[in-house]
Amino acid sequence: MSTTTVETVTAAPVTRGYWNRHRKAGAGLLAAGVLAAVAFGLLAGPQIARFTFSEDAQGAALEIDGVTGAVLFGLLAAAAGAALLAERAERWFVGLLGVGLVGFVLSFLCWQISVAPAGQNFMPVVNMVRGTFLLALPLIFGALGGVLCERSGVVNVAIEGQLLMGAFAGALAGTMTGSVWAGLAAAALGGAFISLLLAVFTIKYLVDQVVMGIVLNLLAVGLTGFLYERLMQTDPQRYNQAPHFGSWELPLLADIPVLGPALFRGNIFLYLALLLVIVIHFALFRTRWGLRTRSVGEHPTAADTLGVRVLGLRYRNVLLAGVIAGIGGASYTLALYSFTKNMIGGKGFIALAALIFGRWSPTGALLAALFFGFADQLAAYLGAINSVIPSEFLAMLPYLATILAVAGLVGKVRAPAADGKPYLKS
Amino acid sequence: MEPGEIHALLGENGAGKSTLMNVLYGLLQPDAGEILIDGAPTKIRSPRGAIRAGIGMVHQHFMLVPVFTVVENIMLGAERVRGGLLGLLDQRRARAEIVEVSQRYGLQVDPDAVVEDLPVGVQQRVEIVKALTRDVELLILDEPTAVLTPQETDELLDVMRSLKAVGKSIVFITHKLGEVKAIADRITVIRRGRTVGTASPDASREELAAMMVGRNVSLTVRKGPARPGEPVLEVSGLVVEDDRQCRVVDGVDLTVRAGEILGIAGVQGNGQTELVEAIMGLRPALAGTVTLAGRRIDGQSPKKVLRAGVGYIPEDRSVDGLVKEFTVAENLVLDTYDLPPYASRLALRPAAIAQAAAARIAEYDVRTPSADAPVGTLSGGNQQKVIVARELSRPLKLLVAAQPTRGVDVGSIEFIHDRIVQERDAGTAVLLVSSELDEVIGLADRVAVMYRGRIIAVISPDTPYEEIGLLMAGCSVDGDGAETADARGSEESA
Amino acid sequence: MTTPTTEADPNRAAGHDAAPKTPPAEPAPPDSFTQQFLQNLWAANTVTVTALAVVLALIVGAVLIVVSDEDVLATFGYFFARPGDALSAGSALVGSAYANLFKGAIVDPAAVADWIGGDGGWQAVFAPISETLTYATPLVFTGLSVALAFRAGLFNIGAQGQAIIGVILAALAGFLLPLPPVLHLLVAVVAGAIGGAIWGFLPGLLKARTGAHEVINTIMLNYIATYFLTWIIFQEGVHDPDRTDAISRPVEATAQLPLLFGSGLRAHAGILLAVAAVWGVAWLLNRSTFGFELRAVGANPDAARTAGVSVTTTYVLVMAVAGALAGLGGANMVLGSTASQLTPLVVAQIGFDGILVALLGRTRPWGVLLAALLFGALRAGGNQMQSVVGISLELVTVLQALIVIFIAAPALVKAIFQLRAARAARLQTNLAKGW
Repeated sequence: MSTTTVETVTAAPVTRGYWNRHRKAGAGLLAAGVLAAVAFGLLAGPQIARFTFSEDAQGAALEIDGVTGAVLFGLLAAAAGAALLAERAERWFVGLLGVGLVGFVLSFLCWQISVAPAGQNFMPVVNMVRGTFLLALPLIFGALGGVLCERSGVVNVAIEGQLLMGAFAGALAGTMTGSVWAGLAAAALGGAFISLLLAVFTIKYLVDQVVMGIVLNLLAVGLTGFLYERLMQTDPQRYNQAPHFGSWELPLLADIPVLGPALFRGNIFLYLALLLVIVIHFALFRTRWGLRTRSVGEHPTAADTLGVRVLGLRYRNVLLAGVIAGIGGASYTLALYSFTKNMIGGKGFIALAALIFGRWSPTGALLAALFFGFADQLAAYLGAINSVIPSEFLAMLPYLATILAVAGLVGKVRAPAADGKPYLKS
Repeated sequence: MEPGEIHALLGENGAGKSTLMNVLYGLLQPDAGEILIDGAPTKIRSPRGAIRAGIGMVHQHFMLVPVFTVVENIMLGAERVRGGLLGLLDQRRARAEIVEVSQRYGLQVDPDAVVEDLPVGVQQRVEIVKALTRDVELLILDEPTAVLTPQETDELLDVMRSLKAVGKSIVFITHKLGEVKAIADRITVIRRGRTVGTASPDASREELAAMMVGRNVSLTVRKGPARPGEPVLEVSGLVVEDDRQCRVVDGVDLTVRAGEILGIAGVQGNGQTELVEAIMGLRPALAGTVTLAGRRIDGQSPKKVLRAGVGYIPEDRSVDGLVKEFTVAENLVLDTYDLPPYASRLALRPAAIAQAAAARIAEYDVRTPSADAPVGTLSGGNQQKVIVARELSRPLKLLVAAQPTRGVDVGSIEFIHDRIVQERDAGTAVLLVSSELDEVIGLADRVAVMYRGRIIAVISPDTPYEEIGLLMAGCSVDGDGAETADARGSEESA
Repeated sequence: MTTPTTEADPNRAAGHDAAPKTPPAEPAPPDSFTQQFLQNLWAANTVTVTALAVVLALIVGAVLIVVSDEDVLATFGYFFARPGDALSAGSALVGSAYANLFKGAIVDPAAVADWIGGDGGWQAVFAPISETLTYATPLVFTGLSVALAFRAGLFNIGAQGQAIIGVILAALAGFLLPLPPVLHLLVAVVAGAIGGAIWGFLPGLLKARTGAHEVINTIMLNYIATYFLTWIIFQEGVHDPDRTDAISRPVEATAQLPLLFGSGLRAHAGILLAVAAVWGVAWLLNRSTFGFELRAVGANPDAARTAGVSVTTTYVLVMAVAGALAGLGGANMVLGSTASQLTPLVVAQIGFDGILVALLGRTRPWGVLLAALLFGALRAGGNQMQSVVGISLELVTVLQALIVIFIAAPALVKAIFQLRAARAARLQTNLAKGW
């Protein structure tokens, strides 16, 4: 430019702030750990806290003095936090974070157990583990259904409806045929029915996916509630006494201490859930179907230019998701309870939370579901020992955790890029 | 096209090059005409069909899944599988093929890298490898050098030569003369959707530039000489990044005076969009200052910038300029709705808005069924007039007009041009950005040529046409044709 | 959209406002007969489409009633021998169900006859209408909440949670504060609105600050609010000391919305508040600068930003206002005649029903009012249907969901026929978004 003198432009250096993700997590953990050591240590009673490896107070147990335990585990959490803060161990981030969180929880438990009413100063670990898995079951199935949908670009807020429809159809068909297997098949179809509506309206008619999901949830609540009152309530013998799957003891595995009785004496749904996590994880990342599914959820235009049939794949996966979630619903009515109105009660939305918290991966969803299941089980346990901690606040934990995750305060959560966007050829 | 030929399609932006190639690749369907492959008419209905016919394409916007690895991206749609129905991905075989192809043609790619972590040049290599593993005979490269550094461009040209050596045909779409001369066997020049001629690479740059930009449409702008006053807009050392954190405005200095039109000429994608957005407060500046009549306006909100007396005609009216669902009247007050007389405190005053709308519609000759018609139902030219009417009806110190006549009919173009000149004569400083060289030359009092994020020359609009064309293509005016501008061109910032 | 008549004439508003959402930009190619038929149908009137959707839903509902009735099913056993039996048994049941739906929602001819004949009071005649209004009132608020957010391009699934926080604060103000009559009611109502506003503000702020999607956050906040409600009911000073189950002290009479037609009918002043809210939201949307910003952000956030509107501030404000509206809906549940004590289910499903109401009302304020009245009527009639014919009230939920699904379908058929490809996506600016 003729009129201006050329200045040397110093490029603004890209300053990576001191407070990166690891340091923030470390600082948080450090603070929580110190707080736990001090507060829980002061609050803890003189009793011995026992963690029994059984379903009751009997048998082998880890024992630790309440105060010592609370302080010790609190300090452990603090140490893990300090290590993260010092950036000594970036490579061990996940591990340290895990150690820190476990330390915090144990410190908390030491306090709680030591101040429990006399005679109840123990926590039956087997019970806790089994309960955690049991409560996590519908979440796992629901979240897996969500993974299939959302990985191929269809937002699934209808998980609740799919679970409910599955539970209902399983109970109805199971009772009427007297066969658990027929019930299971019907449950899969029930879930798929909701999926079919979701797929047709969102993929073909381009109705907003979230809107449709919400409406379908209400439809499922109404439909099952109506038929429940008309059929099941008036004649439970004929319509609502489905046979239940018994528990299957897996040889050898069932003899593993703690894990054996907790996990390998379960019912078909537990094994199926764990199997599905592995299968779907493997399929998603190791097979042609998985590659195409993920491409359709991330960049459908690119997939289309390479000859992948985008819409067909979406249809297929959404239906499959319904089948899986439907089976998840049957884990209630074909193994534990008989059908009651609105029996899923929001589990579908926790499954959605698990899906997000687990970063749209099957194994992540499993871990998230277990975490949420544990929070649930812990709430029940604390209620049983008359804890001062209100169970409602523990029940809020999954939802709070998800909000924090989505806000980017806990790690980075990234949905499939094309999630929720209808695909239209230009 | 013949086997082993590199055929360059040369033309300005919007000339129809990409559309033509999208038809060839089956992404768009032709309205008329036919495609001959090996002498036989062939219908290509989908990309799948194109791949089957041996046609591969590297799109201007890469068709790569960012979170996938290179292997996954290349495999997609043509997966190597084992295990029969299970369809297990055979990554090892795919990787071996990729390594083989990349070695054969000298295209270095790391098969296990995640695509979004790769620099743009390498991503392009991945696209080429992707096409080559599908055994294409004809490869279409759509503006492949638009995003490359000079070094990467040289590498790409080498790759093209080696592809040619093994008998592959290449269609090379570009608007850069130097590259065309360096590599093409044959050149077809396209302008406004028509072939204007073919040339051999021996043709001089001046000839090619003339063919490319054309002179046949003479838009006469009635305007007297400018009477420049005090500097109104001063930009110095401005550095701006685009959405992908690439430094696309790299130290721009500009001055626009009251009562003059400064036109920025340049091929699109050289940082003009980001420059304008940074001035308007829509995009943060990493460094540098923007002052309006002596007051800093960088770092201010768009509202503050507008209220400081800046009018803005955004380049994409349907995205940034208008709310299509809103009525004409509402769009006419889109940035003044909360000021008197259109609002008193929190309430809108529909009567005042309607009154103003009627006046503007008459004054600017907006053809609309009524002021209450949704603006989306108007023709492109009338939509643009709504924006111009809105912006020029406020007292302005500076008017920033980006592509003010894109997609607008000839009658409206003339009208809008007249209005801009009137605004200049009223003492407003005007910053005009246009990729239509005719428009810049016709309207501007001074022309700044922007290339790769920098202003490489400020010249008079009377400069010979070919010379400006060369500058836009990144060649220095007085050089011997070597692309000296590239030498100080942008490095990809980290 | 700023036509002044919009406010004046609610009946017209519902039909008129919905149309310009998808301006008939260009006449679609005159393809098949079905396409033309559908287009004409749509162009005819939103009211027509809504009526058709209701009829369709009722038909599906009738099928459900028939297939779920044991007696009728029994006659189907010999359907082919004597089809008349099955058909008459089925139609008799459906007929009596829907007749009671009508009687419970609008008017019972028997009561009118009694009144004229001097055997009954006027209350019995207006009881159904009164019930309809009572059920519709909270839905107007939550419907407005969702609709307002929609217009700004936000999907507020959190009306349920906002209503819950609203009901909590309204109830607390209702039985904890010793205030004189009128002031007490005012404070309780405002407390409800503030509670909802806080719960709407949070996801708005999170979206503006971190880009976190409001759909996820509002869903999560719904459940947090639900658990908070069950917790707070048992706290000292809140819990009814004479009870062991989950129920709070009753709201003082000084904080209750007055009944409109004496103690015989349940309709209360909340409906007046609701109509005022509809008017207020209509004014806000169409006549205020904030409404202008809101609509601009909802229709085209890029253009709004370019024109100087702060998109993030708008998001936060809209969510707070939407929350306040839902909070008012919640307050109605405990200050009106529905209940006067907090229980875990005190707000029922009004938040989720509000989503349906907003969709059915085409996100227009007066449309929301009409839709809420329809849903209130279904709910009131459903009660009578349940008690007289023994058909589960859940049928109403099914009908409501079906109506909205049927409404959604032709809109999309239209989208596909008239607007191609990318333009269809723009059509849904109000609704379509990913996470």
